[in-house]
Parts: sequence; structure tokens; C-alpha cells
Amino acid sequence: MKIDTEFNAKNLVPDTEAGEPAEGTVNRFDVEMVAVSKSYDGGARAVDEISLRIPKASYCCLLGPSGCGKTTTLRMLAGHEDVTDGDVLIHDRNVTDALPAGRGTSMMFQSYALFPHLSALDNVAFSLKLKKVPKAERQARAMEFLKLVQMEELAHRMPAQLSGGQQQRVALARSLITRPKVLLLDEPLSALDPFLRVLMRSELKRIQTELGITFVHVTHSQEEALALSDMVVVMNNGKIMQAGTAREVFEKPSNTFVARFIGGHNVIEFEGRTVSVRADKCRIVEAVGGRNLPATITSIEYQGPLVRINLVTDDRKDLCAVISDTRFFADPPEVGEAVIFSWMPDDEWAFGA
Amino acid sequence: MLNRRPLSYYLLSTFFAAFLLFLYGPMICVYLLSFQGPEGGMSFPMRGFSLVWFETLFSAQGRGVGDLHNSFFRSIRLGLIVALLTMLIGVAAGMSFRRKYPGSNFVFYSAIASMVVPGIFVGFGISLTLRLLGLRPDWWYSGIGAQLTWSLPFAMLIMFIILGRLDKSYEEAATDLGASSAQRFQYVILPLILPGVIGIIMAGFTSSYEESARAGLNIGTGNTMPMELTGLLGAATTPVMFAVGTLTTLFMFSIVIATLLVSGSIAKRRQLRLTAH
Repeated sequence: MKIDTEFNAKNLVPDTEAGEPAEGTVNRFDVEMVAVSKSYDGGARAVDEISLRIPKASYCCLLGPSGCGKTTTLRMLAGHEDVTDGDVLIHDRNVTDALPAGRGTSMMFQSYALFPHLSALDNVAFSLKLKKVPKAERQARAMEFLKLVQMEELAHRMPAQLSGGQQQRVALARSLITRPKVLLLDEPLSALDPFLRVLMRSELKRIQTELGITFVHVTHSQEEALALSDMVVVMNNGKIMQAGTAREVFEKPSNTFVARFIGGHNVIEFEGRTVSVRADKCRIVEAVGGRNLPATITSIEYQGPLVRINLVTDDRKDLCAVISDTRFFADPPEVGEAVIFSWMPDDEWAFGA
Repeated sequence: MLNRRPLSYYLLSTFFAAFLLFLYGPMICVYLLSFQGPEGGMSFPMRGFSLVWFETLFSAQGRGVGDLHNSFFRSIRLGLIVALLTMLIGVAAGMSFRRKYPGSNFVFYSAIASMVVPGIFVGFGISLTLRLLGLRPDWWYSGIGAQLTWSLPFAMLIMFIILGRLDKSYEEAATDLGASSAQRFQYVILPLILPGVIGIIMAGFTSSYEESARAGLNIGTGNTMPMELTGLLGAATTPVMFAVGTLTTLFMFSIVIATLLVSGSIAKRRQLRLTAH
């Protein structure tokens, strides 16, 4: 079988359907959430009045620790969870009470949820079968989408015969065949080994770019969120802590939670102010004209091009400096050594205060 | 030897061997004695081998011994209907518990609690109620009803186990892909629980086929197999009853084997679909 290498993803972009805003109105956001809350049985709010606008064709990551409400938020977008309060809009249409299949979203489940009794091809063709599309046609369509995820060769395998990464590709194809305006991904990479995770990550980004639709991706991995996102939404305790580009969130965290959670930052109370300083801007030599803090080295992690040095101050506050290997090996410090931890005032970020 | 088996291994193995002997020993005796020679009695020693007791059983158009012929067909008819109803109601009841509803715990425990009530009292209670209502018991309603009180709790428990293992995300994925609740059941849930559903049919049939405590008083006229056998055994003087035992066992074994073959072919059909390409 000849593999069609120049597969045209443009054919797979959603059709314009009835119910779309009339021509001429500008559809600025793919997803809008307006003061959306979720509480279970009148109890505490799992999601607390969040408002969010995701621009057209964005890769958006919902990032946060477990239990922060990110998965609940995703499931409310998908329609698998009722919205207690507020509104959800997809392409300017209010879908708060719409059925999961009627809102232009498609969800990829954390466990992939491939139907174990159907082959990869039949899994992908499932939604077309529900619509009574003739068998030959739906299998041909399903094959196109399996090509998009490079799984056409294994189309007739059963899910149990596929590796985790392959199952995920099939699940992706099964979601995309419904021509979603917004694809929702619930921790899609968490079940994969680290090598595959990085591979699938770039694959997801490639497919999102090719299709030009919005992906909303739930993750607890900062690295994943920074690597993929046009927009990062950091959540904690059912609230949005910060929403912005990856660079904004990393360079200008809006509060200490974001600075700590996104990683690579020191949150330091210094001379009565709380500031964050990126670990890669910190040094362990006394800085002339800089801020200096005495500290003790607790551990050293060699990471190849970089070396991470963990320290503790006299009042038991943890600090971290990340320096280049060249700089490190020029004068390698040792664990237990008392040093001066320093940074420049220009590198301080006072959380917008 | 370093990895010698512990003493407990030998003790437990002996126990298991004793259990097997206790389970199958008497059955083997029954099967052997059913081939007793024409002069032989209801116990060992064997006086030759013959099929004479099987011939007796089938003599006079199956009216050789008691009303066994008719009671066998009554039991089959009852068993099939009970099995079908058990499957339909059991699956429906199991599905209803996929979503919590007010009082679902009460429904569940009240159904399960009936398993511990002695069957003879359930049967007696039903018959008493019928008399109060001025109704005559008959197999097609009170007989079936009495047996369902026994088979349904089992069906519900089996469904609970099967559905408990069924990942909820399959249903959500189906919904996400546009399935109605009927399509979800037809295309996703039913294929996944099919082996369990066959198991429920089997459990329903066997629990009906051997049940008499509940059905006995409520079956109306016409004995079922276990009732007829109980009656005949009390008055038996020849090994003809052993022949019944041998045939009944053969019958039940063929049902079990048929079920396994059906389940096996479902699995095989799935397997074939993968190797076809």
C-alpha cells in the first residue's frame, strides 16, 4: 500500500455548520467561560467563578496541581459535567446546556477509552457508524484520520495489541473525525514513558497547527505546558491564578503560587518584600551591587549543560541556583559548603506590585 | 534444596484432594451404579454391566418411571423462561445502578437480603398470599415468580461485578462521539458485558432447574424435575434413579459446554477480526 505522505489536513478542518454566528460578526474566541462554577451537592466549589477566553486556533494548557479543578473545567467544556453556574461558549455559541456531541467539542480521555471490542479502524469510524454512514465510506474516512496520526498500518489491530502511544494516536484520530472546533485533552501524556511523552508532545502540536483548531490540554507538568502552549492557564483551588502566554507566565508570575508551581523560580522574602528571581539568574558568588544572602549548599544535581544547586538559608528557607556547567566546573563548590547566594536587583520580579 | 515447598502446601493439597473426592466420589458411585446389571440392587457390588435401567426409564414412551418425562419438559420450559426473565431484569436492574438515584442503596440491599431468607418460607409466604387473594397457583405466574426471587439477586450481583469493572469512560467516550443512550448500550456496553450476560442466563437456568423449595408450593399441578425426583427417591427400590442421575448430569454438562463454546466463539470471532488482515 502506498502511503500518502502529502496528506492534506485542510480537508479535515471543521465544516461551517448551522448555528454559527452570521457572516460578518467576528468570532474572536474559540472558547469563552463566563463566571463558571461547579459545586457538588451544594458543597465546596470545585471550580469557583472562573472566566476565560481562549483565542482562535490556540494551544491552551490548563495547568495546576491535582485537585485544582482543571479536569473539572475541561469536563464542563466537554459537557460531561453539569455547570452549576455561569456560561460556556464555543465559537460564540452558548453551549452551557448542550449535549457533549452537540457543542463542537471532542474529548480525548486520560485512559484513551478506546472500545476494547473494536479494531483501531472501527474505533475511529464509531461516530460515523452512529450517523449511519455506509460502511465503506466510514472506513475510508477513518483511514484518512489514521493517516493523519500515522497509524494506518495498524488500522486492524485491536486496542489491546497497541502500545500506549499507539492507542493515544487512535484516540486522537477518533476524536478528530468528529471535526471538533475544540479538542479537549485530559492529561494525554501522563500515561506515556518520558521519551514517548516528548515525541507525542510535538506530534500534538503539529496536528493542532495543521488543523488550525483550538486544543485545550489539561496537565500537571509545567514543562509540558511551557513547551506546548500559546496560552497557559495556571489554576489552584478552583480558581485561575494566571492566564497568559507561556513567556508571560514564566517571566512575570502573578503571585507566589504561580512562581513556585511553574518552577525555576526562587520566592524570596528580602528586606520586607517578597520577590521572585529565576533560578538561572542566581549565582553562588558574592555579587557587587547585588543582593547577597548567606546560604549552605544541600545538594548538587548535574543536568548536562546545566547544574542545579540547592541551598538552604540560615532561617531554613530553600533556594536554588541553576548555572551553566562551564561556570560550575570553573570552581566547583561542594555540598555542605557555606556560600553567598546572590542575584541582581534587575532580575527581581515583585509580582507586578 | 533451598526452595522447598512449605508444610502448608502439603496440608492444603491434601485438603483439596479430600474435597475433590468428597465432591466427585459419590457422583461417580451414582454413575457406576446406573450401569448395574439386571439382577443388581441399589448399592455395590456391581452385578454385571447393562443399560437395562436406562431402557426401563425410556420404556412405555418415557412413562417407565413416575412422571419423569413430563416433569423434565416442565422443568426445561420453566428454566428457559426464568433464565430469560432473569437476564432481562438483571441487566436492566444492573444498568439502573450505573447512576446513583435516591433510594438506590435501599433497592440494592432489599434485593440482596432476600438471598438469606430460607427458600421454603419464601415459597410458603407466596402460596399463603395467593390463597388470601383467592388465586390458584400455576407455573406460568406464581411458579416463575417464586423462582425469580431466587435467581434475580444472583443476576444483580453478577451485573454489579461486571459493570463495576466496566470503565465509565467508555460510556462517556461513546456519548462524546454522539451516541444516544440506546446506541451506547447496543454498541459499547452490551458487547463488553456479553460474556457476563451469558453467565446470567446460565445461572438463571441452573438455579431454576434445581429449585424446588420456592416453586414447590406455587407451581400448581404438575411436578418439576426436582420435585418428581424427591418423590421417586423416597420410594425407589431399583437403580433406575441412578440412570436419571447420570442422564441429568450429562444434560447439565452439555449445557455448560455449549455455553463455553458460545463464549469461546465470541472471543474467537473477535480474534479472527484481527488476524483477517
